[in-house]
Amino acid sequence: MTSDTANTLQRIPDRLDTPFRNALFSWEMLLVIVALAIFIINSFASPYFLNAWSLSDLTFNFTEKGLIALAMALLIISGEIDLSVAAIIALASTMMGMAVQAGADTPLLVLIGVGVGLLCGAFNGLLVTRLGLPSIVVTIGTMSLFRGIAYIILGDEAYKGYPSSFAFFGQGYVWWVISFELVLFLAAAIVFWFLLHRTSFGRTVYAIGNNPVAAAFSGIRVERVKFILFCLTGLMAGIASVLLTSRLASTRPSIAYGYELEVITMVVLGGVAILGGAGSIPGVVLAAFIMGLVTFGLGLVNVPGIVMSIFTGLLLIVVIALPIIWNRIRHKSA
Amino acid sequence: MKALAKQREIWLLAAIALLVALVAVRFPAFARPQNLLTVFNDTSILIILALGQMAVILTRSIDLSMASNLAFTGMAVAMTNAAFPEIPVLFLLLMATVIGTVLGAFNGLLVWLLGIPPIVVTLGTLTVYRGATFVLSGGAWVNADQMSPGFIALPRAEFFGLPMLSWLGIAAITFFYVLMTRTALGRSIYAAGINPVASIYAGINVGRTQFIAFCLSGMMAGLSGYLWVSRYVIASVEVANGYELTIVAACVIGGISIAGGIGSVTGAVLGALFLGIIGNALPVIDISPFWQMAISGTAIILAVALNARGERPKGRIILRKAES
Repeated sequence: MTSDTANTLQRIPDRLDTPFRNALFSWEMLLVIVALAIFIINSFASPYFLNAWSLSDLTFNFTEKGLIALAMALLIISGEIDLSVAAIIALASTMMGMAVQAGADTPLLVLIGVGVGLLCGAFNGLLVTRLGLPSIVVTIGTMSLFRGIAYIILGDEAYKGYPSSFAFFGQGYVWWVISFELVLFLAAAIVFWFLLHRTSFGRTVYAIGNNPVAAAFSGIRVERVKFILFCLTGLMAGIASVLLTSRLASTRPSIAYGYELEVITMVVLGGVAILGGAGSIPGVVLAAFIMGLVTFGLGLVNVPGIVMSIFTGLLLIVVIALPIIWNRIRHKSA
Repeated sequence: MKALAKQREIWLLAAIALLVALVAVRFPAFARPQNLLTVFNDTSILIILALGQMAVILTRSIDLSMASNLAFTGMAVAMTNAAFPEIPVLFLLLMATVIGTVLGAFNGLLVWLLGIPPIVVTLGTLTVYRGATFVLSGGAWVNADQMSPGFIALPRAEFFGLPMLSWLGIAAITFFYVLMTRTALGRSIYAAGINPVASIYAGINVGRTQFIAFCLSGMMAGLSGYLWVSRYVIASVEVANGYELTIVAACVIGGISIAGGIGSVTGAVLGALFLGIIGNALPVIDISPFWQMAISGTAIILAVALNARGERPKGRIILRKAES
């Protein structure tokens, strides 16, 4: 901002931090410690926790939201946000339900679910990039619109009668206790890790988040990258819709209600700067596991779901606040 | 600038008039003054909430915890009333305002002192306050038969032909109109949103201004907590679930820029009325209430698309973000 604040805040160290030191004090390390701590507490709190099937059930708490969080992380790093993801799940699920009534089979259902998600994401992307509107407002609008369409179609009814082969996506196991959802989540995590951390596309995402004007002047097609990110987020929401619909084997218009806030909590907890420009996929994956561990652990000791939300909410605030306080103490003593 | 803002509100007013006219074509009774007053009364709570949210959005923040704050305060007041029916209702009204303000101040402190982005803070407190409502009540409801007659009667009591609820709405509008246009605090709320850096040089404490804005939104949420519970005669954990986005929607439709600094009390009130009229008109013209969500979603997208045209800077600005 001004030269004197720059002088006091940015001192130049004599020796640069080693990669090991960096890794030790990184956000991801903090998340690993938190995850281990919760894991240990859970094991002591309930005798039913350390059991292969319990741990497998645990993963269902976060795989669907985690899939969306991976794409949402990229979107938030680029400086945008999508609040309509849960509504996209509802709309895609409703469309799949309609298709079932018309006699569609499993491959077509999956195609419809994923396709509707992609289209919804593209619609968000067009509004944001073509019309230059702030994404937080656009997606509050499309959130009402998408879920609104689901309500118009379904009202207070529900779609059931999904074919039995459709159940595999949300209820199937690849091997022993390893569910299809978990495998898909881990595979997607690797794809997104590669995309963000190992490709030039990933670099442009960071560049746009840090300074969209400079990014545009250095030849990055800012609008197009953002459009692609909105499409990706919609696509992941469509995939999550297939999984969730398959797991519940029914569709109500209120399906996945409130998921958008949990997904964003996951992303922010994973160390992604809500204002854009910073964040990593390993962080988001760890945060997904932490959220799963917290909700499942509390569930095992019979804490009701709504009380769990206190913990996730506090976790979000505390995890963001602690480094800020810590930095302040360090700067004061230095 | 001011002429433009005026124009935008006139357009919104015209849209509302058109809406009422369209409904009145099929059902002339809808446009009767008595019915319009009922619609205003139904929308009063949303107006009060939108005004609080407006103050926050103007400072480049957002308060997503208002509906949870409302639920918590409503539950606290209803439980107090159920346990001690002899406590006067005016004291409970005061209590609701105080609890709401404290919850809002907690948001504001985190934003002011720790510099955590407002959307993160209020996303967190959104779930925390809602969870706290459950802890407070143990998941139980407070029903009509547990509330004292005075508790239920206050918003319905009529003065000069208008229910108390409408009068409180009018009071909130007046309060915010004076605050935003006639006080130094109001000016600094606008300044902090338009240009935080210039505001600091002008001697405005931006963080503290945001803190005060959060206190205001909390206060309005608390007040609405009592009003909601006594109007719908039920206090439960689910009260106003998801309503935070309706409040933001009212502000957005009213032309309040999410980027801060642009917007007016008139806009917030008209935005809330727009949503209120849609909600009241749908059953009248025999459209399923399930349409309401999609219609307000479309309204939000249209409103923000139209407003963005007015906000776009005229002429070429070379160093757009040089100051930040």
